[in-house]
Amino acid sequence: MKTLFDKIWDKHVVDTLPDGTIQLYIDRLYCHEVTSPQAFAGLRERGLKPFRPERVTCIPDHNIPTVNQDRPIADPVSKNQVDTLEKNAADFGLAHYGLLHPKNGIIHVVGPETGLTQPGMTIVCGDSHTSTHGAMGAIAFGIGTSEVEMTLATQCIMQSKPKTMRITIDGRLKPGVTAKDVALYIISRMTTGGATGYFVEYAGDVIRNSTMEERLTICNLSIEMGARGGMIAPDRVTFDYLKDREFAPRGEQWERKVAEWSSLYSDPDAEFDREILFKAEDIEPMITYGTNPGMGMGICESIPAMESIDQAGRISYKKSLDYMGFTAGEPVLGKAIDYVFLGSCTNGRIEDFRAFASLVKGKRKADHVTAWIVPGSWMVEKQIRAEGLDRILEEAGFALRQPGCSACLAMNEDKVPAGKYAVSTSNRNFEGRQGPGARTILAGALVAAAAAVTGCITDPRELI
Amino acid sequence: MKEKINKVTSPCVPLPLENVDTDQIIPARFLKATTKEGFGDNLFRDWRYGEAGNPNPDFVLNRGVYKGEILVAGKNFGSGSSREHAAWAIVGYGFRVVVSSFFADIFKNNAMNNGVLPVVVSPEFLAEIFASAEKNAQATLTVDLPAQTITNNETGRSEHFDINPYKKDCLINGLDDIDYLLTNKSKIEAYELAHR
Repeated sequence: MKTLFDKIWDKHVVDTLPDGTIQLYIDRLYCHEVTSPQAFAGLRERGLKPFRPERVTCIPDHNIPTVNQDRPIADPVSKNQVDTLEKNAADFGLAHYGLLHPKNGIIHVVGPETGLTQPGMTIVCGDSHTSTHGAMGAIAFGIGTSEVEMTLATQCIMQSKPKTMRITIDGRLKPGVTAKDVALYIISRMTTGGATGYFVEYAGDVIRNSTMEERLTICNLSIEMGARGGMIAPDRVTFDYLKDREFAPRGEQWERKVAEWSSLYSDPDAEFDREILFKAEDIEPMITYGTNPGMGMGICESIPAMESIDQAGRISYKKSLDYMGFTAGEPVLGKAIDYVFLGSCTNGRIEDFRAFASLVKGKRKADHVTAWIVPGSWMVEKQIRAEGLDRILEEAGFALRQPGCSACLAMNEDKVPAGKYAVSTSNRNFEGRQGPGARTILAGALVAAAAAVTGCITDPRELI
Repeated sequence: MKEKINKVTSPCVPLPLENVDTDQIIPARFLKATTKEGFGDNLFRDWRYGEAGNPNPDFVLNRGVYKGEILVAGKNFGSGSSREHAAWAIVGYGFRVVVSSFFADIFKNNAMNNGVLPVVVSPEFLAEIFASAEKNAQATLTVDLPAQTITNNETGRSEHFDINPYKKDCLINGLDDIDYLLTNKSKIEAYELAHR
């Protein structure tokens, strides 16, 4: 009678206040350099230490350069933040994977690939894309810095229980449609706030037939429709992915854990507060045209007309299209673009590089396009080289950079100039997200690759 | 101790845009500080200032007529990034209350953890506040946390708002979750023993 979410949530309730507020136990806390310094400062002010240091992992990823990581970070303010994380980790005895460490990378890429993220866990991080880890059958969600401090101090946070939603995608995806397209399609239907207040479980044929990395991409984007988090019931795909990873249980304990994790699914008669159904056949390669991730459409469609927008939203809609330099009602195919970004916690994994390389193989990057090709972690980078994808990319005119969040939020030097168009595999097309005035078009790795070689928005199916 | 909040009467600053994300509230390039101070200066930075740092005269915070402790914004305020810097920017600028018809979850928690009260009103009530503010920039709102009411003093209309009793108590008394959690440590240890 229980949902997957309820099974894990209920097991982590330490206490319930009379008004229903829950004191929730947290199995794992990930810390990066941007949202943790004030939390550590708060601990010191209160004279506290991390309560369970073995449950905390610190990785700098947001501010770091994607070239010359062996040299000191040029921006002194970024350097200070990265150094502060290293010092806080050292002072309090926390695991820390700094620059050039083989386990450095984007925290949401490293967690799953090292096996730190496991089914049945509660996982938090001061980062909204923590929802990524839910793909492995965990309850994972983003929190603020005050809550990072709470978790450091007590391994608990105070939460009201979210409502539950199940999004089922049945049927078979058409060729050329990726997990990113599935997520952008769902968000375009749900809108940017349509799942606020809910924790989402993804289910259906498409999910069951997807790889672990595709699931990570789908769960990653849950926050973009406002959801507290997204999750997928663990199955053979999950266990095969996790087995023998560095921090995964081993031997007899592995068997015991797999048996336990195998009970993590929504019971057939479990009730959700909301159920949504989509058909895989309706999903096309997607692209965004506006300034929030809900403003997406099939790549061959036209931007919605002003008349289709409700009255209260028209000022925002016009502001958004003005910012993008687009006109309501027009198609976007064939529009010239300036930058391409492959990477981020959404699309910075090996399968994304395989997809991108498969499309650009034997072709050439368009001369006017600047491409930033950024692996999500050193483990991904190593795999790219092991598979020879770096040579395919190089022959096509693409240079591999060093891992980090990079142009997804442009806290480092990887900034798109004002007015320029970037086709980006990242997660947010907000105004200024990739640099002040930058115009972001979100897409999957295949659409990004097609744009990189043609220099304009192109249906990747024409090139496959 | 956070600043306590009880009853606030103030003119409001209207921002009738929807889906105002935390990247607009405080852009990423201003997140590099290691303290909580100074974020108010860069609140709505890229709407408030031009590329050269010149104030944009059309933006509500620069128009000179709208001042006060209450920010009123369109639906889905605070979406996107979990950055608590957004709440620090709002409190740093001097707002104590944010009113909208709908808030993003993480922002709402972050606001309350910094002594800022998010008040959810109906879309109709929100439209009425925007109309009153447009007519009269000095029009005031009264937000009464103990009574859980918000009143548009221009029209005399009131609306009840929801807040969970635990959070309400924290805001009224200037307490935060850590203060509470630290008193509950024995339960945490008992939980760990039981779930080992």
